[in-house]
Amino acid sequence: MLLITCPNCGSRDETEFHYGGQAHVAYPENPNELNDREWAEFLFYRENTKGTFAERWVHSTGCRQWFNMLRDTVTYDIQAVYPMGTPRPAAAVPPAAESGTASTAADSTTTGTAAPDAASSGTASTTAPEGATK
Amino acid sequence: MANTAALEGINGLRDIRRSPASHLAGALEAGSVEGTVVLKEGPFQTMAGVRVDPRSEAGSRIASVVGGLPARCGEVAGTERVSVLWLGPSEFLMVAPEEAHDSLGGDLIGSLVAALGDAPGQVVDLSANRTTFELAGPRARAVLEKGCALDLHPRSFTPGTAVNTEVGNIPVILLKPGEESYRIFPRASFADFLGRWLLDAMREFASPEVP
Repeated sequence: MLLITCPNCGSRDETEFHYGGQAHVAYPENPNELNDREWAEFLFYRENTKGTFAERWVHSTGCRQWFNMLRDTVTYDIQAVYPMGTPRPAAAVPPAAESGTASTAADSTTTGTAAPDAASSGTASTTAPEGATK
Repeated sequence: MANTAALEGINGLRDIRRSPASHLAGALEAGSVEGTVVLKEGPFQTMAGVRVDPRSEAGSRIASVVGGLPARCGEVAGTERVSVLWLGPSEFLMVAPEEAHDSLGGDLIGSLVAALGDAPGQVVDLSANRTTFELAGPRARAVLEKGCALDLHPRSFTPGTAVNTEVGNIPVILLKPGEESYRIFPRASFADFLGRWLLDAMREFASPEVP
């Protein structure tokens, strides 16, 4: 469970929020001039970042306001919460993380070291069925 | 049934109005533990949802009607007659006794509509949208803490505050009028669920404490 700091309401449980996908996807200036591929890319193609990712969230059971968040998709560390319409703040400042607390920092380091283990065990599990089929 | 005094209804419709958890009245009374935690459904209330920019001219006109708008999350403004709950930066809920409704001789909705005028915003009569549960007693906080992740300790959730949050996984407005009392505003369709959920959470306090 993430503890998300809503700019209006303060720290609340993740269950009070809804995810809004990637932030900073600008609407095309002239949608009529796009071909089908460009339009499809605008509609459906999103980054699948491993690491710091800018995304939109809405505090749906609270103040019902949207905001942007910089979140690490590996460690779940929330690095910044900033209003809609403002540019993405400079990333990769882990020591001076805006909303980072001691507890989340500890979590991020533990999950960060656990991530490669999970990846290696994942490869091990994918090789195991191959051996089984042989 | 938690009705207020017999009020003159519109074409007699007031008399047949039924509160969303009226069918639970007996169960709520049976499940309450006097002196520990007591749950009952509150009376009908007049509620109006208002969306207006509080810094605008219309915002100050509305503030003068209801005696001020809350500025931030948790604050409750208003007067003896009506309390104003903060729902969002430009969204407020006015809660007043049933008599304040225009159809029963009051003027709350009408005066809010007049105060908003043509300015951007909205005033919506939400009197039937939510019901009220009144939970009180020394263990009321313990009951709520089973299903609310918010810090309900009096040091952070002080009397006279109201927040939009979740209790028992459903969205509610939680108002704390006194030290050991809470008012929970679920939407009408959740009244049955929340009533039964609270009864279940209260059940342990009916039996003697296991040391």
